[in-house]
Amino acid sequence: MFDNLSDKLHGVFKKLKGHGKLTESNIKATLREVKLALLEADVNFKVVKSFIDEISQKALGEEVILSLTPAQQIIKIINEELIHIMGDEDSDLNLKAVPPVGIMLVGLQGSGKTTTCGKLANYLRKHGKSPLLVPADVYRPAAIEQLKTLGKQLDIPVFDSNIKQNPVKICKAAKDFALKNAYDVCIIDTAGRLHIDEKLMAELKSIKKKVGPTEVLFVADAMTGQEAVNIAKTFDDILDITGVILTKMDGDARGGAALSIKHITGKPIKFIGVGEKLNQLEKFHPDRMASQILGMGDMLSLIEKAQNVFDEKRAMALEKKIRKNQFTIGDFKDQLQQMMKLGSLESIVKMMPGVSKKMKNNAQDFKDGEKDIKKTIAIICSMTTEERNRCEILNGSRRKRIAKGSGTTVTDVNKVIKQYLETRKVMQKFSKLGIKGLSRLKRSL
Amino acid sequence: MLFKAKPQKKGFFSRLKEGLSMTRDNIVGKLDRLVFGKKKIDAELLEELEELLITSDLGVKTVQKLIASVEDKVSRKLLNDASELKNTLKEDIYQILAGDEKPLEITKKPYLVMVIGINGVGKTTTIGKLASQLKAEGKSVLLAAGDTFRAAAIEQLEIWSKRADVGFIRQAQNSDPAAVIFDAIASAKSRGIDVIIADTAGRLHTKVNLMEELKKLFKIARRELGEDHIETLLVLDATTGQNAVSQVKIFHKEVGITGLVVTKLDGTAKGGVIVGIADEFKIPVRYIGIGEQIDDLRVFNAQDFVDALF
Repeated sequence: MFDNLSDKLHGVFKKLKGHGKLTESNIKATLREVKLALLEADVNFKVVKSFIDEISQKALGEEVILSLTPAQQIIKIINEELIHIMGDEDSDLNLKAVPPVGIMLVGLQGSGKTTTCGKLANYLRKHGKSPLLVPADVYRPAAIEQLKTLGKQLDIPVFDSNIKQNPVKICKAAKDFALKNAYDVCIIDTAGRLHIDEKLMAELKSIKKKVGPTEVLFVADAMTGQEAVNIAKTFDDILDITGVILTKMDGDARGGAALSIKHITGKPIKFIGVGEKLNQLEKFHPDRMASQILGMGDMLSLIEKAQNVFDEKRAMALEKKIRKNQFTIGDFKDQLQQMMKLGSLESIVKMMPGVSKKMKNNAQDFKDGEKDIKKTIAIICSMTTEERNRCEILNGSRRKRIAKGSGTTVTDVNKVIKQYLETRKVMQKFSKLGIKGLSRLKRSL
Repeated sequence: MLFKAKPQKKGFFSRLKEGLSMTRDNIVGKLDRLVFGKKKIDAELLEELEELLITSDLGVKTVQKLIASVEDKVSRKLLNDASELKNTLKEDIYQILAGDEKPLEITKKPYLVMVIGINGVGKTTTIGKLASQLKAEGKSVLLAAGDTFRAAAIEQLEIWSKRADVGFIRQAQNSDPAAVIFDAIASAKSRGIDVIIADTAGRLHTKVNLMEELKKLFKIARRELGEDHIETLLVLDATTGQNAVSQVKIFHKEVGITGLVVTKLDGTAKGGVIVGIADEFKIPVRYIGIGEQIDDLRVFNAQDFVDALF
């Protein structure tokens, strides 16, 4: 039943094969393209350079997965590395201290600190905390009123301060107030300042010393350009920030600043601001950010589709089962379903480079193949768990019931069982080749 | 003390140069180091030059254009010496920016300056500084609190109107900004005011509804005053990277921009994105912001800008 289909697919993969390993020459053009893409996304030049260097060192000599071209393979590696760099750390807020816990927001003018304070207070209240907002921006006209207005909108208390007070003293007094009134988190809104303004940076340092916050969050505009590295580095050097919040992520900026900041400070990106409403604060998703920065969404989704299906972990679990002779009809169904996950076979083949037109036009064959797979899955779905685990109990009456349940005939059911038994036999044979052989087999299925 | 004391007034050049000094030190320092001891312009030098310009936020496209021009001059033997590289580049960038040098002229009465831009670029602060300067020139000024959305935006503008000692028109928060503009125009006409400066809510250029709201404001303003009475200033943050291009493109398409203001040039950000924008859109840069003081809003001058840059 699958012969026709798998033959065809095998032909496709054969064309793409033979690239062997990633070499300097077969990834050079792609790396240049990625470099430009990252620069256009405002990733800092130096960060781009060291990132690309690292990647190519790592990637050289790596085997090209059978279903990918070297260009796709290197982009896959880059995408994974971006996700890894931006998101490996735990991005939860650290509130582990004797309450009231301090959270301090710092950053340049106009990065969105005050609004983010409101959003953060809202977020913490949702998670069962009772936050107190502390306005410590005595410089920008009406900054304190702004936070008070936000507090009113949210019905979250705002510490009463005014522009004649010293910001350090405001924060200290707010902490005492929070302690007395049983607020467990103080969210401190500091004034926006240039990182090169030594006097104001010193003020932040003394607030930090006085309050002892568990979180010093650097609020950065997602649209920031090349300077993101210097700004973030200075804030981190002086204040030892604990994390980053990226704002204005609802615009069309590619957001390269995220990578620059993460690369230079090593501090996790904890939240992103995605709108002007006070509930529009989200946890940071490194995978989305990576594809946004790289700007190669189509390519990435194809790569993902092509390799997601037979990933190594699953293959390993499967191999174990086969070795122990435990490959059941249920597993057989899983394999088929994974294959279907790729989308329609036709669409996958169309997306693949190097596939002949004639082949792409051969739509009917694909459709028939898909129909067969769907039918097989339906039949297996009509089996009980026990039947799936022990196919030897499938007697005539059981087979009749299954055929009825899946809207097929007993002949179809018999075919599926035979197919399964054959597959199991083949798999056991291949299991002797070890995991590599198996995954190769699966990929070139 | 309510406001920070004003420091002693400095000359135009010294303040601009001071404001841009971080930029200058950065580019010139590196450029001089780059060409030091080098005679020939080779591929390696050009590549380093490319890096230098990109780190100033000039953007890949503009940089490639500038480098191509240098390469062209080298191949035609017009440029041989590495030490001439700086002047050549300076001249090339000046040529791009020179067209942008058209100061704001208030020709009609009442004149309406609409100040627009995304969130946090410094619209309100720019308005405060501009109001003070126009007032000092002897013009009567009215500020219109058209940002009725952001918390305390109205209060922020009101404080600036008091600082500058100019008129102020407001409505309640969340009221229709078009009504505020309409009121301000009517009031300016009846009081014989020279210039209305209208604040608007910061909005990302990608928000369709907010852009529609902005278009409505312009419809009212154009109906009440006529196109030639209106200056539309888009405020850009110099710290912004290549997204500034997208901001200009979309705001220009939706409401038509007649001038740009580039703020926060007193930081380390290089504002190089203006070069690419000037090249692509030919919209004049009216002002640059180089600090928090009232006179830190400067008329844009391409030669000074390039001189201060290199």
